[in-house]
Amino acid sequence: MSGVMKRMGMIFRAKANKALDRAEDPRETLDYSYQKQLELLQKVRRGVADVATSRKRLELQLNQLQGQSAKLEDQGRKALALGREDLAREALSRRAALQQQVSDLEVQHQTLQGEEEKLTLAAQRLQAKVDAFRTKKETIKATYTAAQAQTRIAESFSGISEEMSDVGLAIQRAEDKTAQLQARAGAIDELLASGALDDQSGLAKDDIQAELDRLSGGTDVELELQRMKAELAGGPSAQKQAIEGGGAAAPQDQTPQQQSHPRFEK
Amino acid sequence: MIVRIMGEGQWKLADSHLVELNRLDDELLEEMESGDQEGFRRTLHALLDAVRLIGEPLPDDALEPSELILPAPDAGLDEVRAMLRDDGLIPG
Repeated sequence: MSGVMKRMGMIFRAKANKALDRAEDPRETLDYSYQKQLELLQKVRRGVADVATSRKRLELQLNQLQGQSAKLEDQGRKALALGREDLAREALSRRAALQQQVSDLEVQHQTLQGEEEKLTLAAQRLQAKVDAFRTKKETIKATYTAAQAQTRIAESFSGISEEMSDVGLAIQRAEDKTAQLQARAGAIDELLASGALDDQSGLAKDDIQAELDRLSGGTDVELELQRMKAELAGGPSAQKQAIEGGGAAAPQDQTPQQQSHPRFEK
Repeated sequence: MIVRIMGEGQWKLADSHLVELNRLDDELLEEMESGDQEGFRRTLHALLDAVRLIGEPLPDDALEPSELILPAPDAGLDEVRAMLRDDGLIPG
């Protein structure tokens, strides 16, 4: 038993012993790495929470805007019933501006939701990795002996650095996302503070933009005016359609109204 | 018994196979000491092939200490000789 195999094994063990005598305790290093990974995981989780908060804030704003939009529509209807077409026109053009805001916010909301899902997934994957690392660490610690260590630890450490770089990437992504979302949330806060989000009439915008909005919203306003007129003359079923209108159902609603409408006009 | 082939991984062998492996291993040592390059290469490859054939490979993520260690298949005679010197293998 003095062949190459045996002697190489013996020398390996002897060297490992010597190296380990000088080296730090690898078990401590493993625990430290694990601690670091836990901290990183915590960071990602905070990122997920931040995104979720921003998303909820957007949802609140959307609800608010939709409430205002419904209110304006109602006001327009009442104004028309009182014969104040000018007031109704104003209410509807404000509502058109509001709808633009709503659809913008809806796009943002969707983006945010996608980001939240991705981030949640990243956090879950990271959790799995950290769990795997913990198991690996415990195994390494359990099987750790001076004789095994030199070959084993080298392998384990290269494994750890791989895990760590993966973790680093995930963290980087999470931090980027969080910064981006914080900026967005900040922008929304500013909009609220300046009144731009509360005042949906378009009056807060500059005159040209308001005029442009009015022009682009004009056809919608005319259509809605006509629909309301038809509905005042028409009855409860038409009214129900008008309230629910404006969504995907709108083009379908318009066809019969346009057909029936000359009768009421003339 | 677990044998590591450097650069390849580990194989688990039944102890009963050791007798045959030891014969090749002793032969390898002799050839190394006498400086028989050709014989060394031939015996090393025979030994590695025997380990691969008889042994059952351990998964890469297995955590088992190796009891015997073999040089990589492309290791030269001088290289192995250097590794077996007291200050070889792991510097310091």
